[in-house]
Amino acid sequence: MRRDSISNTFLVAICLCVVCSIIVSTAAVMLQPIQERNRVRYRRRNILIAAGLYDPDVPLEESFARIQTRLVDLETGQFVDEHERIDPLTYDPQRAARDPALSVEVPGRLEEFPFERRERYVLVHLVEGDQGWEQIILPVYNRGLWSTMYAFLALDADLLTVRGITFYEQEETPGLGGEVENPNWQARWVGKKVYDEEGNVALRVLRGEADPDAPHQIDGLAGATITARGVSGMVKFWMGEHGFGPFLERLAEEHADELAAEPARVAWQPARSRRP
Amino acid sequence: MPVLKARQALLDPIFNNNPIALQILGICSALAVTVQFETALVMSIAVVLVTAFSSASVSLIRTRIPTNIRIIVQMTIIASLVILVDQFLRAYLFEVSRQLSVFVGLIITNCIVMGRAEGFAMKNNVWLSFLDGVGNGLGYAFILLVVAFFRELLGSGSLYGYQLLALAGSEGGWYVRNGLMLLPPSAFFLIGMIIWAIRTWKPEQVEES
Repeated sequence: MRRDSISNTFLVAICLCVVCSIIVSTAAVMLQPIQERNRVRYRRRNILIAAGLYDPDVPLEESFARIQTRLVDLETGQFVDEHERIDPLTYDPQRAARDPALSVEVPGRLEEFPFERRERYVLVHLVEGDQGWEQIILPVYNRGLWSTMYAFLALDADLLTVRGITFYEQEETPGLGGEVENPNWQARWVGKKVYDEEGNVALRVLRGEADPDAPHQIDGLAGATITARGVSGMVKFWMGEHGFGPFLERLAEEHADELAAEPARVAWQPARSRRP
Repeated sequence: MPVLKARQALLDPIFNNNPIALQILGICSALAVTVQFETALVMSIAVVLVTAFSSASVSLIRTRIPTNIRIIVQMTIIASLVILVDQFLRAYLFEVSRQLSVFVGLIITNCIVMGRAEGFAMKNNVWLSFLDGVGNGLGYAFILLVVAFFRELLGSGSLYGYQLLALAGSEGGWYVRNGLMLLPPSAFFLIGMIIWAIRTWKPEQVEES
């Protein structure tokens, strides 16, 4: 058979495709469980980092045992224990945000949040303590300069104080906007307050240096104005009425007795009462 | 056809016929992955493996490849190898593969790999093609690692993730980092200087004007 004949061309093409696809698919199938485990571990590690509970010397599973994962319907603000289309282990909020059945339209054109839709259901993580949960870790994201930045924001049980933040997926300019991943910068979030006395979202990233005692200010990122604006918008949107507002409001009501017992915690007023 | 020695096939591409410095190929990924030494190192290893095995595979079936679909055949082999490398990175070097993101996949379009498959492996035996692939991968790696060395050291004050120079500002050190080094264009300047250095050392590489 001649090398350039039509039959040889087909033969080589078919054999090559079969051999290559067997090699590629074998590798993909064999490695898939390890890759999936990596993804889950990476997420979990970041949840622990946000909560300030990550210790590299302790096995991840052990640290994570204290953390409970719950599905939340952002429209109703309720925990959803079962949903026909969502398995908490494999649920992918990024994909859900593009699925009309699992997402909702973001009302109006919000300056702080450029997306048209967001997912309806999110996974939140509760850190179990001796008396109920101590911290709640919320998944948040927003667009920066080049990329969508994904973060976990940990709030104290008072639903007001930041316990930690970690950006686990972003492609901002390394060294400038990419500094959102810098642990030293993230450490400055700890102890800041999300809401002001009137219950408005007040926490934001400044341009330039913040006053360490100011409860609502975070140091700016040098040379990364747009990234910083994205981070501020992220807090504003997700902590507000279109994000976790209704859910946090309901959680706060649930804890009403506890809040009454500790006057310091009543600083945050439900967002809905402000609406006209 | 000139008879090539194995040594020559392996070592020539590093200084005498460097794919980046002399042939000016594969520049795009050299700009993108050289902010940190570690990513540059992993990328280099990936490219060495892909070039070596794609050249060897192409050479193995070179007498059977029909002339009119040879480029597609080479692409298929290269693409399969790149996917293989990418899958292994995701499984065993998850952190680095996150940073390399699309650039591992873009090895497919790296002109060096394709150029060696078409320009060398189609005419030479399997062993020589393999060595030539390794050599060209190393030539690419050499430039990448030099560029990454300077970019990470001057841009972040660290090397392979270890902080060597204490950064000024919030960290309280003395070294004011060079912001340009963190941006892709700095790799152009560095590659330009490497080319200048190599051509001063080996004047026969200077092009006639």
